[in-house]
Amino acid sequence: MKKFKENLSGRIFLLFALSSISALALITVFIVVRGIPIISDVGIMDFVFGMNWAPTEGEYGIFPMIVGTVAVSLGAGLIGVPIGLCCSIFLSEFAPPFITTVFRPAIQLLAGIPSVVYGFWGLIFIVPLIRDYLGGPGLSILAASIILAIMILPTVVSISEVSLLALPRQYKEGALALGLTHWQTIRCVMLPAAKSGIVAAVILGIGRAIGETMAVIMIVGNAVAMPESILDPVRTLTTNIGIEMGYATGIHQEALFATGIILFVVIMILNATAQYITRKKSG
Amino acid sequence: MSENNIKIEIKNFSFYYGQKQVIHDLNLKIHKNEIMSFFGPANGGVTTLLRSLNRLFELNHNTRSEGDILIDGESIFDPDASVTELRRKVGMVFEIPTPLPLSIFDNVAYGPRLNKKKSKDEINEVVEQAIKQAALWDDVSDRLRAPAMSLSGGQQQRLCIARVLALKPEVIILDRACSGLDPISTAKIEESLTKLKKQFTIVIAPHNVQQAMRISDRAAFMLMGYLVEAGADIFTHPQDQRTDDYITGRFG
Ligand SMILES: Nc1ncnc2c1ncn2[C@@H]1O[C@H](COP(=O)(O)OP(=O)(O)OP(=O)(O)O)[C@@H](O)[C@H]1O
Ligand SMILES: [Mg+2]
Repeated sequence: MKKFKENLSGRIFLLFALSSISALALITVFIVVRGIPIISDVGIMDFVFGMNWAPTEGEYGIFPMIVGTVAVSLGAGLIGVPIGLCCSIFLSEFAPPFITTVFRPAIQLLAGIPSVVYGFWGLIFIVPLIRDYLGGPGLSILAASIILAIMILPTVVSISEVSLLALPRQYKEGALALGLTHWQTIRCVMLPAAKSGIVAAVILGIGRAIGETMAVIMIVGNAVAMPESILDPVRTLTTNIGIEMGYATGIHQEALFATGIILFVVIMILNATAQYITRKKSG
Repeated sequence: MSENNIKIEIKNFSFYYGQKQVIHDLNLKIHKNEIMSFFGPANGGVTTLLRSLNRLFELNHNTRSEGDILIDGESIFDPDASVTELRRKVGMVFEIPTPLPLSIFDNVAYGPRLNKKKSKDEINEVVEQAIKQAALWDDVSDRLRAPAMSLSGGQQQRLCIARVLALKPEVIILDRACSGLDPISTAKIEESLTKLKKQFTIVIAPHNVQQAMRISDRAAFMLMGYLVEAGADIFTHPQDQRTDDYITGRFG
């Protein structure tokens, strides 16, 4: 009887596991099946590197959006990663206990704010600031980068903090016992030793930036054109789908799915890199 | 022993973790060029005392000490004294060998690199000398660029000794540095320590009484935070009944 129960519960867990995996497979297959025809019609090179996006006129080039995605996520990384890293070093090394107890949940809270709220705040606060002080329409790569930088903070901070805290205590003691200052110990011993975790934090953070849609739609301007400066509006791969899915039909819809495939591939590559790096033992 | 032969003087030293006192009013002098060992049953306060000598206990919150420790006649707690300089002067090897995830060479070189402005040649020389002193040269001379993690436990521990030596300390502390090692590695380390004492003052927590007997010039018996007795003939002529009991294996 007991054996039977155990078998049964094992099967039930298996069932749930399988259903979530098959859901993932289903989505993947669906996107691929719907998106591949147009990529092969247009040609992968023309699709990825084409400069014109005019689906109603049969032009399906997404290169400006790839540039937009790269620019916005890179910007988010450039702003968010140093700040996040400093936060995690502060939390794991310098902050007295009463500050960590406030600070840590506060940063986690950032992850719980809906992205539409970020977008709205960016639109009301960041966009006018940029317009007034730096020029341009305000809706821009810069605005999106700033908002995304804040949105990726929880990921960057928590993963890199965990990897710093997970270091054997002896690394730090060994370094301090050699007469290194606290800061030298962090810079020359702890950060390199936690490197793989920190790199993973950065990649996952940037992956999140690439995938974010709602907040970006609201502040990035969505113009399909090659940007010339960070104050120009762009459209990203995600916002392209978000904006046009409401009215796209036929081939146009397929082109959006194809955009999704490209996005999927980019994020898969990033995540695989992150996994590879975290699994690889440094040394 | 004359007064100017004294390297470390521990004066009325007490230590507290929070409210708990773990070292009680300890007085002891440690001479230059001797191997002094501290031994005793678990929780006797040996680690705490050794970590006080380079002020490493300051990493723990909520600790407090009373009394004083002098090295070369100067208080290590002097507000003007630099902790980092103290730690360069008083090198420490821990129970668990912890090479950094770097190459063998870099493990030994990173201390000298950071501490002093030195040319590449000078660093190469310091590193080579330190590895030789730690009796590791024969094992690693042909693969200095290999990751330190690829060494065996005993070799890793000798590497940790080498990286302390590379800083040209005056005192070397080893807290149970041989406890996880095989007899051959242990013998190698003990042999190099006996050579090294010509240049340094060595303070160790041996991993058992036999090791203390083998290598120490003098030894101190610690029990529950009290220094019971210390001396050169503590193993042959213990003054205190408790020391005798512990050495002969009646408790602990
Ligand atoms: N970080 C700490 N916080 C609170 N108490 C501590 C801490 N470290 C050590 N102690 C206590 O201090 C006392 C002395 O410990 P210590 O490690 O110095 O002894 P030891 O002689 O090195 O023991 P062992 O033989 O186990 O290595 C013990 O009672 C221990 O529980
Ligand atoms: Mg101990």
